Amino acid sequence: MNDGLTDLYQEVILDHSRNPRNFGPSENADRTARGNNPLCGDRVTVFLNLDGDEISDAQFDARGCAISLASASMMTEMIKGKSIEDAKALFEKFLALVTGENGLEAGPDLAELKTLSGVKDFPTRIKCATLAWQAMVAALDGTDQDVKTE
Amino acid sequence: MASNPENAVLTPSFDVERIRQDFPILSQQVYDKPLVYFDSGASAQKPRAVIDAISNVYETEYANVHRGVHYMSQKATDAMESSRESVRAFINASDVREIIFVRGATEGINLVASCWGRQNLVAGDEIILSVMEHHSNIVPWQMIAEQTGAVIKVVPISDEGVLDMDAYNDLLCDKTKIVAMTHISNALGTITPMAEIIRMAHERGALVLVDGCQAAPHMALDMQALDADFYVFSGHKIYGPSGIGVLYGKAALLEAMPPYQGGGEMIDVVTFEKTTYADLPFKFEAGTPHIAGAIGMGAAIEYISGIGLENIAAHENDLLDYGTEKLSGINSLKLVGTAPEKAAILSFVLETVHPHDVGTILDREGIAVRTGHHCAQPVMDRFDIAATIRASIGMYNTREEIDVLVAGLGRVQEIFGR
Repeated sequence: MNDGLTDLYQEVILDHSRNPRNFGPSENADRTARGNNPLCGDRVTVFLNLDGDEISDAQFDARGCAISLASASMMTEMIKGKSIEDAKALFEKFLALVTGENGLEAGPDLAELKTLSGVKDFPTRIKCATLAWQAMVAALDGTDQDVKTE
Repeated sequence: MASNPENAVLTPSFDVERIRQDFPILSQQVYDKPLVYFDSGASAQKPRAVIDAISNVYETEYANVHRGVHYMSQKATDAMESSRESVRAFINASDVREIIFVRGATEGINLVASCWGRQNLVAGDEIILSVMEHHSNIVPWQMIAEQTGAVIKVVPISDEGVLDMDAYNDLLCDKTKIVAMTHISNALGTITPMAEIIRMAHERGALVLVDGCQAAPHMALDMQALDADFYVFSGHKIYGPSGIGVLYGKAALLEAMPPYQGGGEMIDVVTFEKTTYADLPFKFEAGTPHIAGAIGMGAAIEYISGIGLENIAAHENDLLDYGTEKLSGINSLKLVGTAPEKAAILSFVLETVHPHDVGTILDREGIAVRTGHHCAQPVMDRFDIAATIRASIGMYNTREEIDVLVAGLGRVQEIFGR
């Protein structure tokens, strides 16, 4: 049955949602930001440690759907060791991927994140995939405001 | 058909297939599948009678109301005031002046909280709500409490979703000035014992505002028997248009309250020295109203009344029982809200799949359910969950559609069981 659902819920996504990596609150994070989806009540908190300009550690704590958990889990794996600038650039690429904008050439640097490209066919779910990323950017920018999807 | 009780027609006068033909949208396909609409609790679909009534206003009898001496203005005014009378009869209010047209239940509650609250609440007064209120019956009270220094008290519920009447009795006291409570919970389906709630409040000298959004499409209402002080509901949940709703209030209370908004229609005489206000109901209807909306809501009420709320309730209760039985048979599914007195709502969670993911998969099967907190976050917190899947039942739903829902949940388990 080709209704896009098996593309959306690929096994790697289910695996990340069931066993999220870098999951749980962090006591000693340098930067923290919360994301909130008032539409569904889902919440995510992103914890970052910085070593100069480099993200030395990333964790998240969340309650949410499979898409949001998988996206956050993959994100923490991907941004660890990246510079602030590269992490933000990755978010821009990821955003283009899940919104299906301008025929993006995904390129090797998106790696496992490409499994989330199915989201582009489910417009109501794009914000699930991007919430943790927006919180990550807010943490890097040091804004105290909670991130909201609305 | 007595030999086949599964398909027995409960009430000879209720023919769901004929009713479905009255709702044009129900013949739509989504993702090449028949639309299965289980989201009437959020907003109900519209019968042809309502769609035609709205078209007819604009095609044959539209002008501003209560203004002109000309023919069209009189026609539109007559149609709108005839709708007001339909509303009065629908809820058995004693006086048509007690029917205030508002944008919806939300505006009705804000109007009472603001106008009645500013005039009657002082620091230390208490407002009683229940934990299962919709945000629209929480936030307006928080706003007026902040302005006046009044305090909000919350009645808890049991694990089944039944209102704790002992706790309610304990909370009622001489400081209680108003009780604002739902008649049917939108998140759980619980029917509250409203006559008793009102009787107990009145014994303590407190008023009661009832949020009747979910009750109005599912049960016959009688304001005189219920003795509610204020009662609100929205047009779009009773198969009418959105942007129009009803605030019922006892005439003496409404008369004593200051106006909500100032403007045209709500005045008697305006000078820069002093303005006197119009009589009820117009005192609370500043500005040009939603004329076609009010007339469309009147058509919805006539449509419902033609079928009979008793017949609608019997059909919906059959579906509720059938759906409860079928859903209870699914491993890993937990119903949220299992009160013995319940209407039209099947709210549930799956152990391992988030409601949002369930909603997306059901959507691709053509099934429209609501997933989320249903604008009732406190009751979600009560059950320590972020969200539920809610299938809400309307008069046009069928047992076959419940079966489609159950099959859709099978697909969820198939996808997530890999």
